[in-house]
Amino acid sequence: MKSSSQKQDANFHIDFMKFHKLFLCLSGLMMITAIVLLFTKGLNMGIDFTGGMLLEIKMTAQQESTSLADTRIKLDTLSAGKPTIQEFGDGSIMIKIPGKEMNQAQQKSLSDEVKKLLGEGVEFRRVEYVGPQVGKELVIVGIKAFVYSLIGIMAYIWFRFEWQFGFTSVFSLAHDVCATILFMILTGFEFDLTSIAAVLLVAGYSINDTVVVFDRVRELLRKYRKMDLAELLNLSVNQTLSRTIKTSLTTVMALIALLIFGAEVIKSFTYIMLIGIFIGTYSSIFIAAPMLIYMNIKRE
Amino acid sequence: MLHIEKWKVIFIILFCVWGFAYASPNVMSESFLAKMPSWLPSKTVNLGLDLQGGSHILLEADIDFMINERLEAMQDTARTEMRKESIGYTNLSVKKDGISFKLRDVAKDKDAAYKIVRQLEEKAEVNFTDEGVVEVLLTEAGVNDISAKVLGQSIEIVRRRVDETGTKEPIIQRQGQKRIVVQLPGIDDPEGIKRIIGKTAKMSFHLVDSDITGKSVSLTSQLLPMREDKAQRINVKKRVIISGDMLVDAQATFQDGAPVVSFKFNAIGAKKFCDTTRDNVDKPFAIVLDNEVISAPVIRDAICGGSGIISGRFDVKEANDLALLLRAGALPAPLNVVEERTVGPTLGSDSVVASKNAAIISLILVFAFMIVSYKLLGVFASIALVINMVLIFALLSVLTATLTLPGIAGIILTIGMAVDANVLIYERIKEEIKSGKTMLAAIDSGYKMSLSSIIDANITTLIVALILFSFGTGPVKGFAVTMTIGVVTSVFSAIMLTRLFVVTYLRHKRPTHLSI
Repeated sequence: MKSSSQKQDANFHIDFMKFHKLFLCLSGLMMITAIVLLFTKGLNMGIDFTGGMLLEIKMTAQQESTSLADTRIKLDTLSAGKPTIQEFGDGSIMIKIPGKEMNQAQQKSLSDEVKKLLGEGVEFRRVEYVGPQVGKELVIVGIKAFVYSLIGIMAYIWFRFEWQFGFTSVFSLAHDVCATILFMILTGFEFDLTSIAAVLLVAGYSINDTVVVFDRVRELLRKYRKMDLAELLNLSVNQTLSRTIKTSLTTVMALIALLIFGAEVIKSFTYIMLIGIFIGTYSSIFIAAPMLIYMNIKRE
Repeated sequence: MLHIEKWKVIFIILFCVWGFAYASPNVMSESFLAKMPSWLPSKTVNLGLDLQGGSHILLEADIDFMINERLEAMQDTARTEMRKESIGYTNLSVKKDGISFKLRDVAKDKDAAYKIVRQLEEKAEVNFTDEGVVEVLLTEAGVNDISAKVLGQSIEIVRRRVDETGTKEPIIQRQGQKRIVVQLPGIDDPEGIKRIIGKTAKMSFHLVDSDITGKSVSLTSQLLPMREDKAQRINVKKRVIISGDMLVDAQATFQDGAPVVSFKFNAIGAKKFCDTTRDNVDKPFAIVLDNEVISAPVIRDAICGGSGIISGRFDVKEANDLALLLRAGALPAPLNVVEERTVGPTLGSDSVVASKNAAIISLILVFAFMIVSYKLLGVFASIALVINMVLIFALLSVLTATLTLPGIAGIILTIGMAVDANVLIYERIKEEIKSGKTMLAAIDSGYKMSLSSIIDANITTLIVALILFSFGTGPVKGFAVTMTIGVVTSVFSAIMLTRLFVVTYLRHKRPTHLSI
């Protein structure tokens, strides 16, 4: 086929491969930053992993009129230690006391104490207690879920494509996970069990995107045996671009509805997913596809 | 070319009808469902504790405590038996998972000692050294036996206690070697329930060592604190006269305006109590609960009526709790709360409302987008999406899966991602039309060529969902369930349902041009 007819195959004619070295370098740097920060600054671990106690309370209108600062000062005197306090829009606040083993009497006295400090009218909307032992176990469960998912995905891609594709998709997965974690470190979002689910879904979504591009690469490799690889990759990305954009858009729409109208408890989950959609879309176009250039793909 | 086999059409239609039938109970009122004949589908989606409010409590039994008790019993038996046989020994002690001692005269007593220790415990391993040190260690099977027994009994007792509180549809299950999961939907007072289920509630009646508030503690008695004033301690004889399991009933009542607990003994208990009180008139006796003395009244007269009253300066709540605990029986070992997740009823219903709104808004947004992008095909995709939702709810209902808050997030995410398969197909059709194919050929190859992408993309999501399902607990598990079901129904609706729509449309309208 002539190159003029090839150009007509796609709606877009963007040269994604032109700056691929730059993008790969930037992404590499980003991944290193994420890993360094993970071990230095660390994630804001939720009580799922640190153990501890969390109380979400809703105050009466009268209590609400006292400023949050005052409430903070009052709650700082809790005998269990200085809590972290977070305010939600609807007059409810979240009190978090990390990392303490408490027996039932202590748990009970903590909620009594909060009542005493803020007045009887407070309504307990949510109480969570995770013992330190359970916290440690949940860390292990989280890591296992994480590693097994990645292995599962890699194995499947390996099975469906050649190993070069499998390796590349796992690398771009690692990229997405690093980027999501970097986002969480920088924003200080709490990292708990639901966050792990969110990160894994980002991974799933991203691989979804990558697979669609790879599928097209495979198809075009059979069709154009002589075409320059970079050009072929460009064509694959361009041909699938409108699908990539549209699917991202519908998913983003659903997530934005969830963010604006959905329950407070899963807001952080939604944020992670939302940012993850962008990361996943970016990585399939700018990481996964260009990396194939270096993967020594067999062409008959 | 655009032919769908008859059996496939029938299958698609039947599956959709089935979906509507099994999803429908979810939008019907309970009273209406009750009136319907029983063969009609009536299962509805279970709401998780985070949506209906309630408590999830993970309890851990103190197995070490029980093992220690068993080992101490073994030590006691060994001591008595060896004395009986006049075997000389030193350093008899309890150690980790076993007991050990040293024989004074190895040559003489070896065989006799072996015989004794062999009978102590079937599932134990006996080690003799040449120096005469004897070790009896519980085997793993022995330890497991103890924990299985403790856990079995504890679950039974916890169930009785929870039932006594009148909680509806509690779930009480064993988890692993030493834990019990208790799920209590829709309770208002989780603190109250926790106070009740964790307590050992071992009650016993003892005589008091009359040397009073003792300085001298002998082998046969021990100092125990008073319940309402821990500083005050009473010297209680170790021998148990009557234990809690000899009580047959206990009720909270009032005596002279103060809350008390009245109880009845069984026949053996009644006889024992009668004998003991007759022999010890004018002496105090102690009622002990979990190593605290509730009260230590002085015996005025022989009490032979088979019933009695415990008055220990209770408030009403405490009296009620104690009566309940005595009725339900004592736990073999203490249970500690190691994890608790409680959601109040208002937060739960707030979340349901918020999620419903979010789901409806996202459906509308996605409909609008699909119809603007793909016109008639977009309408087909939107209808398929609605049926997709119906199928998700039907499957959730039939599988009696639990819908949690993250689960709803999973459904909303499915709304966004389910159309992906349609987008893949429609974009492919567009491309094929552009490359010069006829409308029919383009549609046909659009469906064919995008199939492998759709399958690959959905299987990877399925892998993540299944792994989350096997590792996740509670809410995350609920999320995995809806994701898994969502993936399956999305693939069905994209590659079968919309295809059926398109084919039917093409057959009946015979359009020459498809605006896409």
